[in-house]
Amino acid sequence: MTDASAGNASQNAATARREDAARTGPMLAADGRPLKASLNRALRRQKMRALLLIAPLLIFILVTFVAPIIDMLFRSVENQIVSETLPRTVVALDDWDAQDLPSEDVYAALAYDFNEAAERRRHTRLGSRLNYETTGLSSTFRRSGRGIEDVGETYAEQFIDLDEAWEEPETWTALMAHPDWLSAQAEWAAEAEAAGRDFDEPEPAFRLAPGIADVLPETADAYRSFARTIQQEDEDSPTEEEPWNTVYLALYRDLAAQPASAVAAYFGPIAAELAAADAAVDGFETVSLREVFGEMDDAWAEMPMWETIDAFSDPYTAGYFLAAIDLQLTPDGIEAQPEDQRIYILLFQRTIFMSLVITISCVLLGYPIAYLLSNLPARTSNLLLILVLLPFWTSLLVRTSAWKVLLQQEGVINDILVWVGFIADDARLQLINNQTGTIIAMTHILLPFMILPLFSVMKTIPPYYVRAAKSLGATNWTAFWRVYFPQSIPGIGAGCILVFILSIGYYITPELVGGRTGTFISNRIAFHISESLNWGLAAALGSILLALVLVLYWIYDRMVGIDNVKLG
Amino acid sequence: MGLTSNAQDAFVTFDRVQKSYDGETLVVKDLNLQIGKGEFLTMLGPSGSGKTTCLMMLAGFETATHGEITLDGRPINNIPPHKRGIGMVFQNYALFPHMTVAENLSFPLEVRKIGKSDREAKIKRALDMVQMGSFAGRRPSQLSGGQQQRIALARALVFEPELVLMDEPLGALDKQLRETLQFEITNLAHELGITVVYVTHDQTEALTMSDRVAVFDDGRIQQLDAPDTLYEEPKNSFVAQFIGENNTLTGVVSKMKGATCEVRLDDGEIIDAVPVNVSQVGERTQVSIRPERVEYNPERLTEGAHTIHAEVLEFIYMGDIYRTRLRVAGHDTFVMKTRNAPDQRRLTPGEKIEIGWRPQDCRALDA
Ligand SMILES: Nc1ncnc2c1ncn2[C@@H]1O[C@H](COP(=O)(O)OP(=O)(O)OP(=O)(O)O)[C@@H](O)[C@H]1O
Ligand SMILES: [Mg+2]
Repeated sequence: MTDASAGNASQNAATARREDAARTGPMLAADGRPLKASLNRALRRQKMRALLLIAPLLIFILVTFVAPIIDMLFRSVENQIVSETLPRTVVALDDWDAQDLPSEDVYAALAYDFNEAAERRRHTRLGSRLNYETTGLSSTFRRSGRGIEDVGETYAEQFIDLDEAWEEPETWTALMAHPDWLSAQAEWAAEAEAAGRDFDEPEPAFRLAPGIADVLPETADAYRSFARTIQQEDEDSPTEEEPWNTVYLALYRDLAAQPASAVAAYFGPIAAELAAADAAVDGFETVSLREVFGEMDDAWAEMPMWETIDAFSDPYTAGYFLAAIDLQLTPDGIEAQPEDQRIYILLFQRTIFMSLVITISCVLLGYPIAYLLSNLPARTSNLLLILVLLPFWTSLLVRTSAWKVLLQQEGVINDILVWVGFIADDARLQLINNQTGTIIAMTHILLPFMILPLFSVMKTIPPYYVRAAKSLGATNWTAFWRVYFPQSIPGIGAGCILVFILSIGYYITPELVGGRTGTFISNRIAFHISESLNWGLAAALGSILLALVLVLYWIYDRMVGIDNVKLG
Repeated sequence: MGLTSNAQDAFVTFDRVQKSYDGETLVVKDLNLQIGKGEFLTMLGPSGSGKTTCLMMLAGFETATHGEITLDGRPINNIPPHKRGIGMVFQNYALFPHMTVAENLSFPLEVRKIGKSDREAKIKRALDMVQMGSFAGRRPSQLSGGQQQRIALARALVFEPELVLMDEPLGALDKQLRETLQFEITNLAHELGITVVYVTHDQTEALTMSDRVAVFDDGRIQQLDAPDTLYEEPKNSFVAQFIGENNTLTGVVSKMKGATCEVRLDDGEIIDAVPVNVSQVGERTQVSIRPERVEYNPERLTEGAHTIHAEVLEFIYMGDIYRTRLRVAGHDTFVMKTRNAPDQRRLTPGEKIEIGWRPQDCRALDA
């Protein structure tokens, strides 16, 4: 009894204190924490739970939808292939005035880059990339991949004539390699020897000797490029391979360019041979690299090649987008493509035009059907609705191929028309492999996407509105047009958006029945993705298509109001 | 009101009309009805009794399976709905949601090709009539139920139809608004001299508004009479039950005395009644007495009338009246209503009293 009352008293005191605090400070929850904090905590827990529930879907959407779109947007401007494949050339071209062919230095940089690229078999990829911009470059690159081996050969021979040691891999490793790397490489070789065939430990990555890059910068760079490449590509050891000819070219250029004092100040390994070579290079027979490249392929001694490389040397480019709207990037700025190569604007126009025609046909055909469906008794309308959905149960390919059978010149429809006598046998209609074919087949395929939203909206329009209109004196037509139709507009809006957006990106049907004049922009995109492999252009076209749809959507929102769209 | 309806001056006639939706059951069975010009006729009946169906046939949205409906002497089926000039107020208002109030009202005028200035004048008058003048620019969704109702009414009247059909127009409204609008509708109807066919569930509404009331049940008109006749002289037990509060006792006719008869109730008590649906001694009957016609004060009873024993079960004070529940002849639900007057006393439960009534207030109906 006493205990209880004492407990009560202390509880009362606590309550009083809490009430005091409430009056002066922030409101407290039952456990004494500020009310706001506990509320936030409770809400946060709720939010976390909600987030966890939608997490699988969110991740799925991010991975399969958002990420590809971002990737596409990125690809449409990305152009790292030039600066990655020809890094030295791109740097050397920085201060090229684009008036005349570039200097020997640029050609030397090209020789190093190209040699590595050819060994790594990357030059053809770059060739096909640059071929999008200037036709013919692809074969130039392919041909040069074979010829590059010989660039610098003159110098290699002269060095070796001077001193046989220049032929020996050891001379080069002694000169170029870091002692640590040498020992690591030796260790690796011993292990490989011991283990025999199935040894797959990677070689230690080649490292330059300290200071050598100061004395022989180009040679060091060229040699490292050589060493790393054969390590990675051929799994050979630099200690056993004679360097590429371009390394000799670099050595010649270094020695020819250096004042004698620089080489004299070098006291590392092979100093004596180096000094001898330095003394001899002045008497070497020289060749013009421009001519060497020019012999390999004329394109190297002509301006377009260099202009193209220069124009696309940035890691990001508007080139794909320009190409996608029939423009091109030239040294003199942006220009229209030559007349005979302009196709994309036309294709975009055609895609939009045909999508509009298809959408309108769908409205014209779908509206009466949806109206009928929504006014029939439930059982009949469900049956008919199944018929509307029936096409979904057959493969798109089958349906499209069926249209081929029906529409071709010797097909069912032409046969009937001839038989009835509407057209002469020798004037059969061309209904397929042109725009007509695409429009007919796609209207058929997309019709359910128009009927369903229309139906679901019409279903919600009660019959008494039309009755009311008639009782107020409206004829059937007036009642429909002034009372029923305005209320069905949300369905038309939803159907149009669905059909238009689906058709603007449609691919299979135009491909199968569109022939040459009935194809869409998406067919071109598919072509670039799977055949020409110009993904950048495909991405740019796709991005423009996306932007187009968004703009149309915006216009639609402005004109009709997106709230006016009802899918059910 | 005393509107006698002979076929000559009838504005609307239903002649042996039948209606079936499914070909199996008749929703309307043998409907005969004449509505005079300027009359306010109410169709009253329980749910599913065919009221809306009748209205829809009259409006021309359903066709009668059998029989004929004429409007002003012409068969209704020969006139297309939009030419009938029937104003209609739908159960759910049916205001066009995509039009403003003014556009809704303008619609029937536009389709009649009435000029713009004329139209505006008529709209304004119609809106003022229902006191909604300041709502012309609103959409129906921005109006309350009662306001929508008034707009629906204004729309049905704006083109000055001769006949207006209203299907439970006040069904969704609160009591106060209902009463105001009931008053407004009857006033308007009489002012404009239009014929109104009004459908309702609500018997008070039917009794207060109408010139005549047609009580529907089971696809038939059970009784068609002026409200007072309907209330005081129900022709069968359905009408007696359906209109107002009613006490029923069951028994057998024991003696016919010309204008009155005697009925022996199931427990042997004898009461006086007016034979309505009975003609022979020995017939089973349901007698019906209105609670307010039951008396227990011997001074108020007619000389020589039979009285009957009753026990008070419950006494409820309701302000203007007292409502007493009694056990009479084995029925526990017998109700007596007495006026709260100085000479009336409050009964206490358990009290035994004698009750009676004037024989003409007790009607022996079909069993
Ligand atoms: N379109 C229809 N198809 C089939 N049966 C119908 C149809 N409309 C009404 N019915 C049936 O006809 C009968 C009468 O319906 P009606 O609508 O006339 O009743 P009501 O008297 O207006 O009832 P409520 O007071 O509930 O409105 C009902 O049994 C109903 O089920
Ligand atoms: Mg009804």
